[in-house]
Amino acid sequence: MNPVLSVRGLEKRFGAVVAADALTLDIATNQKISLIGANGAGKTTFVNMVTGYLKPDSGMIMLDGMDIGRRSPRSVARLGISRSFQIPQLFVELTAAENLTVAISGVGARMSLRAPAEAQGRHDSAVELLERFGLADLADRPISELAGGVRKLIDIAMALVRRPKLLLLDEPTSGVSAEEKFTTMDRVIHAVAPDAATIVFVEHDMEIVSRYADRVVAFYQGRILADGAPSDVLKDQEVRRYVTGGVR
Amino acid sequence: MKKDLHPLAMIALIAGVTLFGRVLPTWTLSLATIAASNALIALGIVVLARTGNVSFGQGLFFAAGGYGVALIANAWGLTDAVAQVIIGAACGGLLGLVVGPLIARYSGIFFGMLTLALSMVFYGALVKSTALGGSDGFNVGRPTLFGLSFTDPREADFMLYAVSVIVTGFAGIGATMLFRSEFGLASLAVRENNLRVEYLGISANRIISINFVIAAIFAGASGAFALMAQRHIDPQFAYWTTSGEFVFIAVLAGNQSVAAVFVASMALELVRSFSNLYLPNTWQLVLGVFLLGVILFLPRGIGSLWIRNRRKRSTSTAKAPLAAQRGATP
Repeated sequence: MNPVLSVRGLEKRFGAVVAADALTLDIATNQKISLIGANGAGKTTFVNMVTGYLKPDSGMIMLDGMDIGRRSPRSVARLGISRSFQIPQLFVELTAAENLTVAISGVGARMSLRAPAEAQGRHDSAVELLERFGLADLADRPISELAGGVRKLIDIAMALVRRPKLLLLDEPTSGVSAEEKFTTMDRVIHAVAPDAATIVFVEHDMEIVSRYADRVVAFYQGRILADGAPSDVLKDQEVRRYVTGGVR
Repeated sequence: MKKDLHPLAMIALIAGVTLFGRVLPTWTLSLATIAASNALIALGIVVLARTGNVSFGQGLFFAAGGYGVALIANAWGLTDAVAQVIIGAACGGLLGLVVGPLIARYSGIFFGMLTLALSMVFYGALVKSTALGGSDGFNVGRPTLFGLSFTDPREADFMLYAVSVIVTGFAGIGATMLFRSEFGLASLAVRENNLRVEYLGISANRIISINFVIAAIFAGASGAFALMAQRHIDPQFAYWTTSGEFVFIAVLAGNQSVAAVFVASMALELVRSFSNLYLPNTWQLVLGVFLLGVILFLPRGIGSLWIRNRRKRSTSTAKAPLAAQRGATP
């Protein structure tokens, strides 16, 4: 099967810090891949390069065979890669439904200067998407009034609007209590399933990783330390030494 | 659902205000014409401000509209008021099309200072241009309407009042529709988080540019009205204090309501006229105190007077969509 995303020899340095060191990776469709690693290992830099926010110093990023390494976040989003953020990036003075309406109205070729934002079809689509995350009753509440966990889900819902080929989730359960983390992740996986088959999520919680990922990629100092099934990667001695902290 | 005015009701309101001009005293007609003209350009500033950017140099497009109309009127004898408004709007809009995309990538104070700088460059060029009358400017003839000349000053004032109220009123309806549209919502999104807008596959620069061009069109048309009212144009049209006055109106109005722009413009003209009459040496001080009062007691502008009341009503009765309370109000 052809990979949806192929990364070849990707390099990125910030002065003396090596954030990506000859990264090479293929991501096949229908996979749920978790990126793990200590702070500064290069996970978010990888996500930022794939989504066009950072330009790699060298190397190639191929989406369905097309090089997207020099494209802008807008162009990458239009080509089929969406992301959510560790700190939700929402329009806090707008309501939950309006946030999704902005995302929905951006999908067409041109945004109408006349069509009302609250047109029934648009509003229904926004509420329907919120319903999938169990948030329909909060549709008309401003984001500024909503809790952090709810904001996180709305952030993911917005990334889902374009039905991306590849969905990147940056720490989807950070800030969620230990009791609610599985419920939240179940909700996310269930909600994104109809629209995004291939998911890459950055995660620090190894219980979440082993439960939801088909494949784990461990980062360390900008390199890929291990890549494989969760059971194998999480047992790897180097991963335990440098990432999960199981070996001293 | 929102309980905002239907566009047909707004058209009826415009017709009513226009006809009301028949019974207004002559001095009020000129004042209302200036207020409507200023409201039009301030409305453009409010349209642009919804993307989070304030233009301190709308005098650039105001002067472009005015000079464009004046030059064509003197060269070709085109004096029709409606045609002059269209030409003014076209001149402003064309210049906006050139400037907008260039400065859309800047934001905040950099955006504001660039607009101010461009207007002052234009001012400097006009002052040095002897062909355009230099700092003295030049005069134009009295405007006509559909071939009719108005020799009676009262009728001429009413004609100008009517055209300015109708054009500004329709611009207000257009702005209301724009604020309620998905583009209007996306403009607010750009103000809040333009990076996220880009990650949604939407061009924030394009949204800012379109709003900028709309503001420039309004400014150009406003320049045409100012020219018709004064029948004289000079580089002062592009000077920074002129631009500052329009920002002053926009600050008074806030960006929550289109109607507030008209109320603020009229209030400012009334305060200016009466303070000028009774306190000829200190009228600027009165204007300053007036602005300070509004900022102190109504920090979100005059529009917050009725928007705030509506919000209270809606939260106490039902979960009304909040868009109704944020700029989608006529």
